[in-house]
Amino acid sequence: MTIARRKFDAVIVGAGGGGMRAALQLSEAGLKVAVLSKVFPTRSHTVAAQGGIAAALGNVTEDNWHWHMYDTVKGSDYLGDQDAIEFMCRQAGEVVYELEHYGMPFDRLENGKIYQRPFGGQSQNFGGAQATRSCAVADRTGHAMLHTLYQRNVRANTQFFVEWMALDLIRDEQGDVLGVSALDIETGEVMILQARATLFATGGAARIFSASTNAFINTGDGLAMTARAGVPLQDMEFWQFHPTGVYGAGILISEAVRGEGGYLLNKDGERFMERYAPHAKDLASRDVVSRAMTTEIKEGRGCGRDADHLLLKLDHLGADVIKARLPGIREIAIKFAHADPIREPIPVVPTAHYMMGGIPTNFHGQVVAPYKTGPEEVVQGFYAVGECACVSVHGANRLGTNSLLDILVFGRAAGNQIIEDLKRNSHHKHLPGDAADKALARLARLDSQKDGENVSQVGDMLRKTMQAHCGVFRFADLLKQGVDKISEVAQRARNTEIRDKSRVFNTARVEALELDNLAEVAVATMISARARTESRGAHARDDFPYRDDDKWLKHTLYFSEDRRLDYKPVRLKPLTVESFPPKARIY
Amino acid sequence: MKERERTRWRCRRGLLELDIVLQRFMDKHYAALDEAGIRQFETLLDFPDNDLWHMIVQKEEDEGRAGLQPVLRLLQSV
Repeated sequence: MTIARRKFDAVIVGAGGGGMRAALQLSEAGLKVAVLSKVFPTRSHTVAAQGGIAAALGNVTEDNWHWHMYDTVKGSDYLGDQDAIEFMCRQAGEVVYELEHYGMPFDRLENGKIYQRPFGGQSQNFGGAQATRSCAVADRTGHAMLHTLYQRNVRANTQFFVEWMALDLIRDEQGDVLGVSALDIETGEVMILQARATLFATGGAARIFSASTNAFINTGDGLAMTARAGVPLQDMEFWQFHPTGVYGAGILISEAVRGEGGYLLNKDGERFMERYAPHAKDLASRDVVSRAMTTEIKEGRGCGRDADHLLLKLDHLGADVIKARLPGIREIAIKFAHADPIREPIPVVPTAHYMMGGIPTNFHGQVVAPYKTGPEEVVQGFYAVGECACVSVHGANRLGTNSLLDILVFGRAAGNQIIEDLKRNSHHKHLPGDAADKALARLARLDSQKDGENVSQVGDMLRKTMQAHCGVFRFADLLKQGVDKISEVAQRARNTEIRDKSRVFNTARVEALELDNLAEVAVATMISARARTESRGAHARDDFPYRDDDKWLKHTLYFSEDRRLDYKPVRLKPLTVESFPPKARIY
Repeated sequence: MKERERTRWRCRRGLLELDIVLQRFMDKHYAALDEAGIRQFETLLDFPDNDLWHMIVQKEEDEGRAGLQPVLRLLQSV
């Protein structure tokens, strides 16, 4: 079967902030760029980012990129690579001003400068007073960023392939990446998009958990394609959980509720945070509250029929305060928990929010892997940015407002690196004859499967297994069983059957392909988490409650083909300043 | 022929709030829509995520969008 083929200088998978920032750099340099997206670009998950973009502009209070760097290293629980963190924090001002020039409607101060607001984890003077570092567009910063970048890309002639799903990475015998195979969801056609540079910006994958704040599109497609192509995934045990997602739906209830005086109750009506954090109580940091909630549930003090959630009480604030200060939250509670917080508490549960791990890259956006002679060899022709990449600037735990910064800085850096690399590689390499075979085989298997598994049932099983065995607080016995269970689920995911075999807009096929991808990410997470016998950042083990820098100050690498783990050192040496040595992380 | 599937895919959004509400709408109300209703729904799906979400939760009557009210009310009810 011959497959249509199109040639581009660069192919980018994913049209969120990271993908579109990189695309813009390339298109404005005159390169021929294709961007693939499962949904219309401005409906990418970047739209959900509200907090803002961290940059030490010092418009409101004195600030310094070096202080921002310290906060990021400390927030990462010292697992972040300090060269990449220095690079990001130093470039923050520049990428924000660039976006301003593109037309991003930032909130402003009276003097006309960009308004900045405080956010958790940001400090002045290396751990001193609260810093004011976040640049925002009201509560819709991500939305404004997507619209700004999309319009600018259209002007620069970036070619968008909307409602296309990338299927697999194409590598030749030397291991060089030559493009992707992809499915046009509208027609069902498979095409090869050949490119001299392939960049993944496919976002997060928190849909592997039943309790997830992520949109349905976040199925880890880029991670799974990478793993299937023999490139390892890095630090997959590190997932940030938000303590208060609506039970059963996942929608975030912001920290503002607890800031206004709301608090958590267990099934006995006890305000249990008083036991775990006598001073900060319900305002303790996200990981502390999430762990306390998980302990309450595990010890049988959860609420509801299945004793599997807790209650967030705010009716004591009074109807006026709730209506005036928390109107959006009230709407969410009514719509998704069928509870009006003026009268009754909101059922909540710790909810997966952000993936710190991903495709290993250096701070130029180049994918690096120990596949030839060194531990961090550049995979020629392959780049990754944003949540799907692990640079690693977030290490074991991400700070709020650093993710929008991450996608801008590394989207641009990857674009610049591709421009340089393409000057040296002016021709497309020869495509191997079997370039699309793997993807076609998966599609053929799906079409011919008899007596197979139901996609949504296996998906539910996958999410429940991850939630129960590899959630916010991790236990040795549950992880051990979890490895077996998730392996079984992954096996079942390889035998899914779809009733609809038609080509045009076959969403059942797309969802089956997404399940393949979720299974790759889930197995990588469970195996990486079981092996790391310490607690660091978002990875909290019941049996190993402390950070162990002697044994574990290193990055995990997971190889899909034999489910093997390897490790590589954390890059502790920054580019120009002194290293921040690991210390206890106390707030 | 595959209009329902095409529309179902366009209910995939960047905001989880919308993913859930639009999926509920598809399950509960889409099949009963007449042609005008389908057109209203498709017009609503073309709005940016944040705008659509605010239209659903704030329930403000906007005269310019009066023609979308019947389907918008169904979206507000799910």
